[in-house]
Amino acid sequence: MDFSPNDTQSLVQQTARDYAQKTILPQAAAIDRDERFPADLLKGLADLGLMAVNVPAALGGAEAGVVAYSLAMTEIARTCASTAVTMAVTNMVGEVIARFGTKAQAERHCPKLADGTYAAGAFALSEPGAGSDAGAMRTTARKIDGGWVIDGQKMWITSGAHAGVMVVWARTGGPGTGGISCFLVEKGQKGLIIGHHEDKMGLRGSNTVSLTFDGCEVPDDALLGEVNGGFKIAMMALDGGRIGISSQAIGIATAALDEAIAYAKDRKQFDKPLADFQAIQWMIADSKTELDASRLLCLRAASMKERGVPFSKEASMSKVFSSEAAVRICNRAVQVLGGYGYTREFAAERHLRDVRVTTIYEGTSQVQKIVIARSVLK
Amino acid sequence: MDLELTEEQRMIRDTARDFAVKEVEPKAAEIDKNGRWPSELVKRLGELGFMGVAIPDEWGGAGMDNVSYALAMEEICRACASTGVIMSVNNSLYCDPVYKFGTPAQKDRWLRPYASGEKLGCFGLTEPMSGSDAQTMATFAERKGDKWLINGSKNWITNGPHADTIIVFAISEKSTVGKAKHTAFLIDKDTPGYSREKPDEKMGIHGAHSCTVFFENIELSDEHRLGNVGEGFKVAMATLDGGRIGIAAQALGIARAAFEKAVEYSKDRKSFGVPLANHQAIAFMLADMATEIDAARLLIWRAASMKDKGVRHTQESAIAKLFASEMATRVAHKAIQIFGGYGYSKEFPLERHYRDARITEIYEGTSEIQRIVIAANALK
Repeated sequence: MDFSPNDTQSLVQQTARDYAQKTILPQAAAIDRDERFPADLLKGLADLGLMAVNVPAALGGAEAGVVAYSLAMTEIARTCASTAVTMAVTNMVGEVIARFGTKAQAERHCPKLADGTYAAGAFALSEPGAGSDAGAMRTTARKIDGGWVIDGQKMWITSGAHAGVMVVWARTGGPGTGGISCFLVEKGQKGLIIGHHEDKMGLRGSNTVSLTFDGCEVPDDALLGEVNGGFKIAMMALDGGRIGISSQAIGIATAALDEAIAYAKDRKQFDKPLADFQAIQWMIADSKTELDASRLLCLRAASMKERGVPFSKEASMSKVFSSEAAVRICNRAVQVLGGYGYTREFAAERHLRDVRVTTIYEGTSQVQKIVIARSVLK
Repeated sequence: MDLELTEEQRMIRDTARDFAVKEVEPKAAEIDKNGRWPSELVKRLGELGFMGVAIPDEWGGAGMDNVSYALAMEEICRACASTGVIMSVNNSLYCDPVYKFGTPAQKDRWLRPYASGEKLGCFGLTEPMSGSDAQTMATFAERKGDKWLINGSKNWITNGPHADTIIVFAISEKSTVGKAKHTAFLIDKDTPGYSREKPDEKMGIHGAHSCTVFFENIELSDEHRLGNVGEGFKVAMATLDGGRIGIAAQALGIARAAFEKAVEYSKDRKSFGVPLANHQAIAFMLADMATEIDAARLLIWRAASMKDKGVRHTQESAIAKLFASEMATRVAHKAIQIFGGYGYSKEFPLERHYRDARITEIYEGTSEIQRIVIAANALK
C-alpha cells in the first residue's frame, strides 16, 4: 500500500502546478469578472499534454494515467475552476473517442483535442427536459442514405460554442435507454445552431450554451459505437468524468482552505490572530479532514479506473462526497474571511460560486446516491 | 500510488474475519448484556497473534504491519467492540510503547509475554481531574535515592481490572514556571501499594472492563522506567498517534456492523407495499453510510501505512480518528432509524452498536483534541 504518487504522477502534478500558479492564477479573477473564455490558457494546457492526460500516446495523448489526470485537474482547479472544467470535458471527450471510436475516428479527433487544434471538446447529453433522467432525451437521429439526420435540443453544453468536436446523444430507437446512439459532430456542421449562452452563478469563464440540431446531417462514420448502444457509452464516460469533477471540487476547496488558513494567521481580532480562536480552528480542522477524505476517495476511484476494474460506485462516492464537502469548505472559508470573504477583493467568494455547481453537473449528488445505493443493495 | 492490500494483509484480514464471525459475533450480545469480560476470546486473540500484531516475532508478536493491525481491528470490532478495544489497548497502548521505548531487558520481561497474549497490558494516562488536558496530572514520581516513589491514581483504565501491568505516566519534576516534566513507568499488578476500584459502569463496550487504579507509595527501581526521565509526555503522545489508528479502526468496524445489518433489513422489510430499500429516503441514507465508511477506511489505511513507513503521522491519525469516530456514531444512528422500533429494542444489536460507537468520539483523545491537533498542524 502506497499513498504517494509515483514519478510520472508527480511530474504531471508538478507540471500542472507550475503552469497553474505562474500563468493561470494571475488571470483567474479577471476571467471570472469579464466572463472570458480562456482560449490562451487552454492552448497552454494542450502544449503541456494536459488536454489528453489519459489518452494513448499514439493518439497524441500524454498516456500518463487516471491518477495523474486527477492530480493535474486538482492543480488547475486550485487556480481557475473555469479553465479546469473546460480541461475536464476535453479530456473526457478525448478518452471517450479513444476508447469507443474506430481507429479512423480516434485518429481524426484525438490528436486535435490533445494538441489544442480544437480549442476544446464538448459532451452533449442533457436536454431541457432530460437532466438526471438522461434516458428520457428527445433529440432524434434518423437514418438516411449514407448518414444520419439529428434533430432536437441540448442544454448546459460546456464549451459548446468552441468545441472542435462534440459527442452528441440522440434517440435512434424506441423509448428508454436502449434506443439511444452516440454521434461525433464537428464544429460548423450545417444544422448545428449554437444557442443561448448561459449566464451562470460561477464558472463564468467556461462557455455553457444550448444547442439546436435542425436537420443536422452527419455521415455514417460519425456514429460512435453501436446503433442504440449509446447510453452505455454515456454512463461509462460519466463514471470517468465524475473523477474529473471530483478532482475539480478538491482543487477549488484546497484553494479556499489555503486562503482561509493564510487569513486566519494574519488577521487579528481581540488582540490575537483569528487562528488562536477555537471557533476558527474547528472550521479549519473540519475542512482539512473532509478535504483529505475527499482526496483519498478520489484517488481510490482513479487508481481503480487505471487498473481496469469496475469503479462506478467508487467514482460516485468520490463525486458526491468531495463536491458536498467542497461546498462546505468554501462556505467556511467565506465565513473565516468575514466581510472580506464576501467581496471580490479576495477569491473566497469566487471559489464558493464556482464550487456550487460541482454537486450538480456530471450527475447531481442525488444521482450519485442512486448509483451508490443501487450498488450496496445489490 | 497503490491502494491495494498485499497478499499477507488480505490473509490477516480473512483470518480475523473468520475468527470474528465464527467465534466472536455469536457471543457479542451476551457479553454486552452481562458485562462479561470475554477471557476465552482474549486467549484466542493471543493464539492468533492479534495481541501484538505489529510487534516483531522475536518479541512475541505476529510481525505484521500496522495496516494489517487496522484490518484485524475492523473485523474483530465488527463482531464485538468490547473484544476489539481489549485488543487495541494491548496492541497500541501497551506493546507499541514498550517496543519503541523499552530496553532489551524490559522488552524481555514486559513485552514478549504481552505481545504473545500470555499476559495483558494497560495504559494509565487519564486521571479524575485531567482528561484532555493530560499534562496537568497529579500522579507524582518522587526520586528517593536510586528509587522512585509513585503516588496517585488513574481512571478509565481499559483492561485495568485484568491487566498484569500498567504503563503509568507521572510528574517527575514539578515546575512553578512553565510545564512540569513527566516520566513513564511500568508497574505490575502485584506491586505493594497497587490497588484497583471495581469496574466502571458504562453506556457501552460492556465487556471491556475499565477501572480506577491507585498507587500508594509504590517503590520502583529504574528498571521500571520506560524511556528517559522527563520524556514521559513524548512517550504518551507517540503512543496515542498509533492508538488513534486502532480506535478509528474500531469505529469503522462498528459502523460496518450497523450498516450491513441496515442493508439486509432494508431489503427484507416491507412498508407501503415495497421493500424499505425502494424508498429513496432509506436508499440515500444507505448511500451516505457506505460513502462515509469508505472514506474512513481510506483515512485509516493512510495513517497506518505512514506509521509503517516510519514517517510522522500525528495529523493523519487525528484526521482518521476524528472522521471515523464521528462517522460511526452517525452510521449507527441512521441504522437505528432504518430499523425503527426494532432498532431501539435489545432484541436487535443496533442499539448496542450505537452505544459502543459513542465512546470512540471520547477515548484516546476526544474529537475536540483531534481538532486541536489537526488545526495546529494546518495553521503551522
